[in-house]
Amino acid sequence: MQTDTKILQVTNLKKHYNGEEIKALDGVSLDINQGDVVVIIGPSGSGKSTFLRSLNLLEQPTSGSIVFEGVDITKKKFTDADGKVKKLNIDDYRKKMGMVFQHFNLFPHMTILKNMTLAPVKVKGMNEEEAKQKALTLLNRVGLGDRADAYPAQLSGGQKQRVAIVRALMMEPAVMLFDEPTSALDPEMVGEVLEVMKELAQTGMTMIIVTHEMGFAREVGKRVIFMDAGKIVEQGGPEDIFANPQNPRLKAFLKKVL
Amino acid sequence: MLSSAGFAKTFQYIDLFKQGVVCTVSLSVLTVFFGFIIALFLAILRISKLHPFDYLATAYVEVFRATPMLVQLFIVYYVFFGNVSLPSFKLFGFIRFERFLPGVVALAMNSGAYLSEIIRAGIQSIDVGQTEAARSLGMSSFQTMKSVILPQAVKNILPAIANEFVTIIKESSICYTIGVQDIMYAVSATKGATYRIAEPLVIATLVYFCLTFPTSKIIAYFERRMARADRH
Ligand SMILES: Nc1ncnc2c1ncn2[C@@H]1O[C@H](COP(=O)(O)OP(=O)(O)OP(=O)(O)O)[C@@H](O)[C@H]1O
Ligand SMILES: [Mg+2]
Repeated sequence: MQTDTKILQVTNLKKHYNGEEIKALDGVSLDINQGDVVVIIGPSGSGKSTFLRSLNLLEQPTSGSIVFEGVDITKKKFTDADGKVKKLNIDDYRKKMGMVFQHFNLFPHMTILKNMTLAPVKVKGMNEEEAKQKALTLLNRVGLGDRADAYPAQLSGGQKQRVAIVRALMMEPAVMLFDEPTSALDPEMVGEVLEVMKELAQTGMTMIIVTHEMGFAREVGKRVIFMDAGKIVEQGGPEDIFANPQNPRLKAFLKKVL
Repeated sequence: MLSSAGFAKTFQYIDLFKQGVVCTVSLSVLTVFFGFIIALFLAILRISKLHPFDYLATAYVEVFRATPMLVQLFIVYYVFFGNVSLPSFKLFGFIRFERFLPGVVALAMNSGAYLSEIIRAGIQSIDVGQTEAARSLGMSSFQTMKSVILPQAVKNILPAIANEFVTIIKESSICYTIGVQDIMYAVSATKGATYRIAEPLVIATLVYFCLTFPTSKIIAYFERRMARADRH
């Protein structure tokens, strides 16, 4: 499924806190192609979340560029196909990038169904009935068709995360970002969420996944990125990274986590 | 001090007290309603960090919290509305609109300052993950506030808003000083007619108590129920 159509081109991305004191991202460059499944690993504090959150501008990068579908979304303006300069509305791009969080972030005051239909109806102007049918189809796909009218508090962690994934899919994003989607789960629930992600990868969805699940990274990742201290230190196919690591910091990291 | 003859005289004016209850309750309901709208506005401005509006909103809140209500009421009535000729009709057939309206405005402006702090705390108590999830779905900051943050925040602060209603029932009594025909106005009118003060005050005390005490108990009941519902 992987093609050479670039979806995201990240160039020399930097994110500093407290002036220059904390370099959460220290010049990251990465291209993401259509159908890519990129897994990002690295020690705590290496900038994995900051990188992921910068991609849809939940963090505003200090410098560098993120070209998404041909437009540098870090800029305030862009030039459209007809050569007209327009004001960039980040919401138009965010809706094409689904995001799944460690702590699910379902809306607790809404049913599962409402959680899923809210954004398509409000943002895309989809009609309620159509949105509902689409939501039920997706819920069935992840085995939660009978929980549409439940509230998030009534679901287990694994179920919540499966809902969070399909909620993001409702917007038909071009790319899905996952920030440690299984880290807040009880061990017995990790599998069901990884299973959904694996199936999603098989459908050809472009995915960028930050995870500590090395088995999953090895099995599902088409490319594995190792980050340390705000930089990409090593990258390659899962076999290269896990069976034949080069960088000493990667070697040390793998020794600790495997 | 108190005498049955005094009560007998006072009861001849009981209709004034009944009107007073109608007036005090409408005054309080309108105050909390408009106070809430002002407060929502102030809270959002303060959170927005939209200079200079956030500073202005903060200044507003600080000024209203640091000055006596009576001064605010007089400024609104004598200064702001001093040169405005309001239509002089009567609400419910007796409440003089040209006095009632400045009363509502002053109370709502004051209440808005206090409520805005409550709303601000309510909004800020909602996990930032909620905002991030909504924004990552492409929702605008306005849509996020309206559909995701405010409904949760308001639910959390509903008891505090209801308590503000109880506070306003009591504090609205200062409006009798500008001739709003509330419960205290009934006391002063009865005193003028009967030369009795103790008995009208006893009646007023009972009336205020009957308004506020059950209301706070009902609020406390719903507060407990909501706390239980959240725990499931
Ligand atoms: N808002 C912030 N203010 C200051 N420093 C921050 C902020 N957010 C992140 N950082 C710092 O940036 C660095 C990168 O953080 P980040 O959360 O991206 O790491 P991570 O790789 O996701 O770690 P983990 O595996 O623990 O989630 C850390 O040193 C962190 O302390
Ligand atoms: Mg992280």
